[in-house]
Amino acid sequence: MLVASLLIASFVIFAAVYLAPGNPIAALSGGRSLPPSSIAVLEHRYHLDQPFLAQYWYWLSDALHGNLGLSITLRENVSTLIAQRVWTTAGLVLYASLLICVIGIGLGLLSGLRPGRLDTSTLVVTAVSAAIPAFVAAIVLILVFAVQLGWFPALGNGTSLVDNIRHLTLPAVALAISSLAIVARVTRASVREEGEREHVQTAVSRGIPGRQLIQRHILRNAAIPITTVTGITIASLIAVAAVVETAFSLNGLGAYLVQAAESKDLAVVQGISLVLVTAFVVVNVVVDVLYAALDPRVTLGGNR
Amino acid sequence: MTATGRLMAPVTARRGRSIGSVLRATGPAGMISVAVIVAATLAAIFGPLLAPFPPNLPNLSLAWVGPGGGHLLGFDYQGRDVFSRLLVGARSSMLGPLAVVAISVTAGSVLAIIAAWRRGPADAAIGAGLDILFAFPGILLAVLAAAVFGAGLTAAALALSIAYMPYVARVLRGAALKERSQPYVAALEVQGAKATVICLRHLIPNIAPLIVAQATILFGYAMVDLAAISFLGLGVQPPTANWGVMISENQTGIPQGYPLPALSAGLCIVAVVIAVNVLGERLFDQAQAVRR
Repeated sequence: MLVASLLIASFVIFAAVYLAPGNPIAALSGGRSLPPSSIAVLEHRYHLDQPFLAQYWYWLSDALHGNLGLSITLRENVSTLIAQRVWTTAGLVLYASLLICVIGIGLGLLSGLRPGRLDTSTLVVTAVSAAIPAFVAAIVLILVFAVQLGWFPALGNGTSLVDNIRHLTLPAVALAISSLAIVARVTRASVREEGEREHVQTAVSRGIPGRQLIQRHILRNAAIPITTVTGITIASLIAVAAVVETAFSLNGLGAYLVQAAESKDLAVVQGISLVLVTAFVVVNVVVDVLYAALDPRVTLGGNR
Repeated sequence: MTATGRLMAPVTARRGRSIGSVLRATGPAGMISVAVIVAATLAAIFGPLLAPFPPNLPNLSLAWVGPGGGHLLGFDYQGRDVFSRLLVGARSSMLGPLAVVAISVTAGSVLAIIAAWRRGPADAAIGAGLDILFAFPGILLAVLAAAVFGAGLTAAALALSIAYMPYVARVLRGAALKERSQPYVAALEVQGAKATVICLRHLIPNIAPLIVAQATILFGYAMVDLAAISFLGLGVQPPTANWGVMISENQTGIPQGYPLPALSAGLCIVAVVIAVNVLGERLFDQAQAVRR
């Protein structure tokens, strides 16, 4: 299933770019007119004289060998360009995922298990923050924490590991904020729902102590929807990272994809799309595996 | 009363709810949300008539000048009136998500109902097709579309519609399957009613509250994603006023101490998205309550 959906996704990416208007030879020559003999050489070298499916096959097998072609604007290997940027994006997404897991789930558990003032304020705050798009969060964070308070740098990557983390903090918060709110709300709702179920009420009446009750009876069941929503939102960060990287001038894959799309550097667009879709699909598969591990009723490879 | 008449009774009973009573049941938060959505819609329709100043007339001597003299929110980086641009920008900011919702909900519902009605191979084929689309996050598909077809609202909206379709179809397929197994459907089939007639006159009206709730929630997602794409420079193109574009073009004002133009556009997006989310959630709860 994983291989099949990746294969089809790669085909869609290739076909979309193949259908793009514009002549690849003109892009290669930079608009200069070439003699027919050089055109033939170029067409042969880039397999442009082959039928569509053969071209797709060449591209795919090259991609699997780590060769994603040449960037037209930077005249460099797309794989090298991706390798230089992938850690910024990976770091950003991991940092944001950590915030979502720790703060989002933590806040949801707290307000789910303890009704009261904390719970009400959590509900209101998360309803608002769930609606804040990453780029709006970005400008507000830059305004407050970089310009006014000066706690964090506003733009760019860092130079050392600690500096990198400092530079990634505001972007990670901007990326995480709406997903964090959604995860907190779902966590709260599922903890609440489990707490009201009959087997928990029975356990309460039997006098099972609170800690054991929460761990064995509430959390074990609530973990299933929590894992699902956390996984789905973390997977969605992979694409939204492009917006945050652009807002904070980070040198990541997503920002580079946007630049490449603007300058029609199609080999780069293909390469980065392939990497991002692969990451997205892999995260989704990991979520499915976790889901099956948590819920003994679900078997992998079964029907939807 | 005949047996079929009794079986069909709940269908007519459910249809009796007026739009007013549905909205009243959403409570005060729901009513405020409706007010915000109505205001944004009015701005989207009449914005160019309501704008007190020309939205696209630059005057560099007024760049970053603050509020005053009838200019409620001051001037942007080119010295254009921010309030007028917000009003005029409502149209491109609201129309895009509306198109995305219309296309993805229509296509998603049709696929969901076909899958639920036919079951078997048709269901499996539609499910497999949708699984492929699940591999593409909406923003990525929109960036890909911009790279291939050029930047613009149309390409971005079409790409998002395709990316959202599987989510709509998955939720509605479940509801349609449940509805398909209701006794009234079997009763109508026995009477010889055509499948299209049963779907159009009975099944769709019965899952309509769920469709409306889905569409409302999706509108918020579409608004955020489309504004993000315009923010990236791949959606609505300047000088056309648009909330996403206004944030990106006025972002340079933030380190210089002029945050109002970018912030006010951000606030418009957040206000509409909160309103749509709250209303959608309430409508969804109502739809679920009716179904139970």
